[in-house]
Amino acid sequence: MKQVLKYREIEGKSTGFWILLGGLGALIALALGAVLYMEHEGHYVTGMSNQIVWGMPHVFAIFLIVTASGILNPASIGTVFGKTLYKPLGRLSALLAIAMLIGGLMVLVLDLGHPDRLIVAMTYYNFKSIFAWNIILYNGFLAVVAIYIWLMMERKMNKYYPAAGFIAFIWRLILTTGTGSIFGFLVARQAYDAALLAPMFVIMSFAYGLAVFILVLMAAYAWTKRPLGDAVLFRLKNLLGVFIASVLYFVAVYHLTNLYAAENSGVEHFILMDGGIYTKLFWIVQILLGSLLPLAMVYHPTIGKSRPAIATAAALVIIGGFAQLYVLLIGGQAYPLEMFPGYEVTSSFFDGQVNSYSPSIWEITLGVGGIATSLLMVTIAVRVLKFLPVSLEDAVVDPHAAKAD
Amino acid sequence: MSDTSKPMDPSRRQFISKTGAATGAAMIAPGVFLTTPAQAKPADQPVSNDKRWGILVDTNKCGNGCNACITACEEENGWGSANPSEDHSSPEQKAQWIRKVTIRDKATQHVTTLPLMCQHCENPPCVDVCPTGASFKREDGIVLVDKHICIGCRYCMMACPYKARSFVHEDLKDQKPWAPRGKGTVESCTMCVHRVDEDGTPACVEACNATAGGALRFGDLYDENSEISRELKQYGGKEIRADLNLNTGVRYRGI
Repeated sequence: MKQVLKYREIEGKSTGFWILLGGLGALIALALGAVLYMEHEGHYVTGMSNQIVWGMPHVFAIFLIVTASGILNPASIGTVFGKTLYKPLGRLSALLAIAMLIGGLMVLVLDLGHPDRLIVAMTYYNFKSIFAWNIILYNGFLAVVAIYIWLMMERKMNKYYPAAGFIAFIWRLILTTGTGSIFGFLVARQAYDAALLAPMFVIMSFAYGLAVFILVLMAAYAWTKRPLGDAVLFRLKNLLGVFIASVLYFVAVYHLTNLYAAENSGVEHFILMDGGIYTKLFWIVQILLGSLLPLAMVYHPTIGKSRPAIATAAALVIIGGFAQLYVLLIGGQAYPLEMFPGYEVTSSFFDGQVNSYSPSIWEITLGVGGIATSLLMVTIAVRVLKFLPVSLEDAVVDPHAAKAD
Repeated sequence: MSDTSKPMDPSRRQFISKTGAATGAAMIAPGVFLTTPAQAKPADQPVSNDKRWGILVDTNKCGNGCNACITACEEENGWGSANPSEDHSSPEQKAQWIRKVTIRDKATQHVTTLPLMCQHCENPPCVDVCPTGASFKREDGIVLVDKHICIGCRYCMMACPYKARSFVHEDLKDQKPWAPRGKGTVESCTMCVHRVDEDGTPACVEACNATAGGALRFGDLYDENSEISRELKQYGGKEIRADLNLNTGVRYRGI
């Protein structure tokens, strides 16, 4: 039962395909409209303020950027660690990495006070700023992964792709270290200022990235009626379980370390006990629905083998990921700056108070537009280039059944 | 970093005309000096690190309910009550360059009030994190935002331990020429750099000494004979969040 691995463009003639393109395009158009409105009026139309400085756009942007890094995992496992089963997934994995990063950067840039000054951000660098480093890391990542894809696809250049895959693998670890360090380097705020945030973001990227990858893979194969075997899917969902557990471990260490230090007991009490929406999001969405439930689902002897259950688990990880970033970003800012330990603080500028934030429709529309941009790029790319294997049946991908590639 | 964002002021024009006249005179009558060199630093020359400007706040003299420093800053720099055009922004969104903070010791119930603004750190976190270098510190210790290259990312606001910076959430009218306030950029206390560069005193300090308790001292921290240095030597002065080791230019007595 030997079968050869073949890649082919998707047909892209069905009504569903055009509905998908149209729907994503409409979401992007709405997002651009929201951006025009926000930039024309100013940020007063958003829920963000001088107290909650970064809001919903940053939650979406950081989710997409972190996911972009982690979604390269299937490619890395195939190329760098030589796992044959993952090799057919490499092209899609790398494509998604580029698409998610562009979507995330789009949201980040369009929320700037001056998106028109993007050229300034590209030409003036303060090399002490992790943000400036990230601009270089993001652009470099796009270039490295684009070359990686080209080397995978161009038969004549095939022998070079492992080197590119290795560079991409190292690059994205540094990249997510940089993203985590955006918060890790913030000494001012109690919720941040922790070296642990960098590796925690790396492991978060693994979980979010794989969850998105599983959903995209399942949707692509179901909608194009291409076969997707259990071997690939079960391997991926088992790996997702490992990543969920790893994130839980980092979250536990982060909070335990903070709880031990008296100076951080205030912010911990806020997030874990009486932070209202943040406490609920943390325990119910991030921990229960976003971690424990999908963990139980993917490892359950029968449920773990059901495709709808695997898709649900992946979706829950994504929802949990959004909750995690919301709690970290918004919750971390909602808790007041501790300038005077041991004192009750009041002022006209809301010092000493828990800051409130309600995201505006414009911010959410922009964020959703970022996701739509990523998915639209992927949809068009798999239509025009050979990203998706014609079949991911067990006989094709299982190294024991056939020699892949 | 040079003081590139400093507003154009009349003394610069005077300097140019004076030097022009001097050059003309030199051409007409070689060897004869018709003008003497100016004493103050001309506005087109960079600031030096011979000085470090600072403010000392004596909280014992800071009146509970007194807002003289804030009102003076608002009027000098055109924000808050002095700029009615910032009318769309919510109170959380409106800029505050300086604010009065009231602190109550939980153990003793002792109440203290103090003005809080940019602390003009020697090691400012806002400058470290700024991706473009728009946040910068002058050689004389004043921390500023270059409005031309600020992209409005607000990372400096995330990094500032004092919440000293504000983002401009809407278009503003009636701006002061020396304190441009652009929508989509970040701003904060400039230590009235436009006054300091003309041997003046920040508006808050001037107002506090003129109308209120005289709780604010402004001066050169490097000059041991300056009033601020002598007071700091005699009575001491604390930094807010001294644990961060930022070596702030603004110091407090009585906290």
